[in-house]
Amino acid sequence: MSGWQPGSVQPPDPAGRKRLDPQPESSRRAQRPSAAALDLTDGEWHRLHPATPLLKGGLVFVVILGFFVNNAREQLIQFFLPGPDGRRGSGGDDGDPVNYVVGHGLIGLVLLGIVALLVVIIGIFYLSWRMNTFRVTAETVEVRSGIVFRTNRRARLDRIQGINIERRLLARLVGAAKLEINQAGHDANVPLAYLRSVSAEEVRSEILRRASGTREAAKQQPGSVAGPGGGVIEQRLNEFLAEPLGEDGQPPQSVVHMNLGRLIGSAILSGFTLFLVAIIAAVVVSIATTGQYFLLFVFLPTLLGSFSYYSRRVVKSLRYSITATRDGIRIGWGLLSTSNETLPPGRIHSIRLSQPLLWRPFGWWEVKINRASHSSTKGADNQANTTILPVGSRDDVTRVLGLILPELVGLTAADVEIQDALARGERSPGDVAASQPQRAVEESSRTLSLIEAGMTSSGSEGGFITSPDRARILRWFSWRRNGFRTAPGALLLRKGAIWRQLVVVPLPRLQSVGVRQGPILRRLRLAELELHTVQGPITANIGAIDQDDARRFFETASHDAVAAAQADRTHRWLEGQASQGTPQASQGMPQTQDPAAADQAHPTPPAPPSWAAPAPSDRLTGEQR
Amino acid sequence: MTTRLDLDGATWTRISPKYKWPEMASYALSGLVVAALSALTWFSGAWWGYALTAAILVVTILVVGFTPRRVRAIGYQLREDDLLVRRGILFLRFVAVPYGRMQLIDVNRGPVVRALGLSDLKFVTAAASSAVTIPGVPAEEAERLRDRLVELAESRRAGL
Repeated sequence: MSGWQPGSVQPPDPAGRKRLDPQPESSRRAQRPSAAALDLTDGEWHRLHPATPLLKGGLVFVVILGFFVNNAREQLIQFFLPGPDGRRGSGGDDGDPVNYVVGHGLIGLVLLGIVALLVVIIGIFYLSWRMNTFRVTAETVEVRSGIVFRTNRRARLDRIQGINIERRLLARLVGAAKLEINQAGHDANVPLAYLRSVSAEEVRSEILRRASGTREAAKQQPGSVAGPGGGVIEQRLNEFLAEPLGEDGQPPQSVVHMNLGRLIGSAILSGFTLFLVAIIAAVVVSIATTGQYFLLFVFLPTLLGSFSYYSRRVVKSLRYSITATRDGIRIGWGLLSTSNETLPPGRIHSIRLSQPLLWRPFGWWEVKINRASHSSTKGADNQANTTILPVGSRDDVTRVLGLILPELVGLTAADVEIQDALARGERSPGDVAASQPQRAVEESSRTLSLIEAGMTSSGSEGGFITSPDRARILRWFSWRRNGFRTAPGALLLRKGAIWRQLVVVPLPRLQSVGVRQGPILRRLRLAELELHTVQGPITANIGAIDQDDARRFFETASHDAVAAAQADRTHRWLEGQASQGTPQASQGMPQTQDPAAADQAHPTPPAPPSWAAPAPSDRLTGEQR
Repeated sequence: MTTRLDLDGATWTRISPKYKWPEMASYALSGLVVAALSALTWFSGAWWGYALTAAILVVTILVVGFTPRRVRAIGYQLREDDLLVRRGILFLRFVAVPYGRMQLIDVNRGPVVRALGLSDLKFVTAAASSAVTIPGVPAEEAERLRDRLVELAESRRAGL
C-alpha cells in the first residue's frame, strides 16, 4: 500500500503521528517562524500548512455549498412568508430541485444527506492533509500523499533543475505558498503545497544549500523575518506586501526594472496584434461587402479574449525581477499572484535572444531559454515558463546575460583552459585554483561581448562565419546574417535579418551535434547544422552553411562538447567553494551596484562566496559601455 | 558532379548487409498497399487514375532498388570520446553523441529482423532531436556494442 520503506534512516515521524490535534504545532510555528524552517528540513516527516485542503480545492466546495445555501434561503423565505400569490412552496413543476424537495416534504431527509456528505468530504480533506507528508534529508526530498492510492516520490537534491515558490492570490492572503521542486523530465516535479510563506523561503534556501554541495550551515538572520510583534492581521499584511527576501535577508535587487510603458508597448506590438488586426480587417471587409452584421457577434468573444491576453501579459510581467543569488538566478513574476523561481547554475540548456520586426524601432529584445524541467507554473502570456526576459532594451539583455553567463559558460571555459594548462604542465594546481574565478569572469565577459556583437551585426563582422553567396536563393534576406561562431564555453548561431535571432548553446549542456544535407543543399554544396539540446521553445539549427564550414564546425563542436561536459561540475555548484572563500573575497570585487540600484539605501550585502554575485556581472556591463 | 559531404579520416563500421531484406520488404509492401488503394481511382474512369498507380509503382521500385545502397550507407564509428553515426545517401545525416550524454541504450528485435539474427540499437539522450539509431547489427555484436557503450558512458558520466 504505502511506498514507505521500513529500512530508511528516519522513523516515520512519531511526534506527528501521535499528536492528533495539529493546533499546537501550527501555533508554535506561527510564533517562531525562523525556527520552523529548521524543523522542516531536519529529516523528519512534516505536514503541510493546515489551510492546504481549503486552498487546493476545498474552495470550490465552499462556493458550491454557498450556492445551495443561497438557493435554499430564497426557498425558506418563500416557505415561511408566502408571496402575494399565496403559493407555499408547492412548486416542483419548474424543475428546481430545491423546490421539488420542499414540495414533497423530503426536506429532513435531504438535510441529513447533505450533512452526511459534508462530514464525509471534510473527513476526506482532513485525511488527505494528514496523509500528505514530506521530509528533506541531506540527499533527497521526499513526499508521501494519497489516501487509498499512496504515492511516495523521492527526488535527489543534486538533480534539482529549479525551485519555484508560487503564491496564488488566495494563498497569499492566508500567508501560504506552494513550493515546487522541478526535476528534469515530464511530470517530474515535487510539489509541496502549501507551506507557510516564510518557511517556504527558508526551506528553499536550505534545499539549495544542501544541493549546492556546501557543507557549512547557512547563516540564519533573525532579522530577516517579520517579528512576532503586532496582531495576526498586521503580520499577514506585512507578509503580503513584503518583497520576497534574498538569502542575506535583503530584498533582492533586480538588475532589470520593468517599465509599464515598454511592457504595454511590447504587448501591443506583438505578432498577436498583427493577427488580431488581420482578423478585424477581414471582418470589416466581409461586413462591408455582405452586410451581414451577425459576424460582429461571432467576432466579439475573440476581441474580449484578446483583451485578457494583453492584460495577463502585462500584469504577469509587471513586477518581473531577475537577480543573482548565491544559488543561481532568481526570476520573479506577477502582481497579485506571484511566483519566483531560483534556477541553480548550469540548468539553462540554451538561450535565444530575439527581436520581432515591430520591436526593432525601439530596440527591444526578448530572452527565452530551454530547460530540462517543465514547471507547472505558467509564465507570461500563459506559455510554459521559459521566458527569462519578456522585453528589455539592449542594456537589459546585457545585464541578464551578465548574470547567467559566468556560471553557465565562463566557469567551464575557464576549467577547460586550466585543464589544458595543467596537462601541458605550465602551471601548478594551487596557482590554477586561485586564478579560476578570475578566468571564469574573463571568459564569460568575452562570450558576452561576442553575443552583443552578434545581436545586430551581419556579414563576417563579429567573427561569424556566414552563408556563402550561393545560399542567397535559400535565404533571400538573411544570407548575409545567417552565421555561426564558437565562443568560450558556448556556440552562437545568428539568424534572421527581419526577425532577428541569436541562439546561444552552452557547450557543457550540448547533448549531441548533427549535420544534414538533402538533395537541394547538396547541389549548392551547403549543409545544415543541428545542435541538440533538451526540448523547449528553441531549436538550435542553422541551415544553408557552406558544407566545408559545416564539417569543420561539426568536428570542433563535437570535440569541445566532450571537453566541456567533462569540465562541468555545476550539478554541485558550490562544492569546494567554502575552502576558497578567503582568496576570492580578497580579490576586491567592485562593490558598486548597478547604477539603477546604487541610489537605494540598502546596505551592500556581503559578497557571496561565488562569482554568481551581482558584482562581477556589473563589472562586465561596465566594460562593455 | 558535386562533392559529397564527408568527414575526414572516418573509418566506418558498416551494419550487416542482410538488413536490406527487411527494409526492402517493408518498402515493397507499403508501396503495394498504397498502389492498391490508388487503384480505387480507376473506377472514376479518368486517365490520371492509371497514371497515379503507375507513378506509385515506379517510385516504389526506385526506393526498393536503392535500399541496398542506403543500407550500405548506414555506418557508425566509436571515436575516443563520442559515437559517430551516419545514414542516408540522398538525405545525408551525421550525428556525434558524446558517450557521457547517453541516458540509455535499447536493443530492439522485431520478428523479421530477429529471423535474420539481427538487432536494432537505439540511443536516448536528454535531447529528443538526437534520434540516434543503428539498425541491423548482428545480435551478438549488438550485445557487445551495447555493453561497451554503457561502460564508456559510465566512465564519462556527465550531468544533463
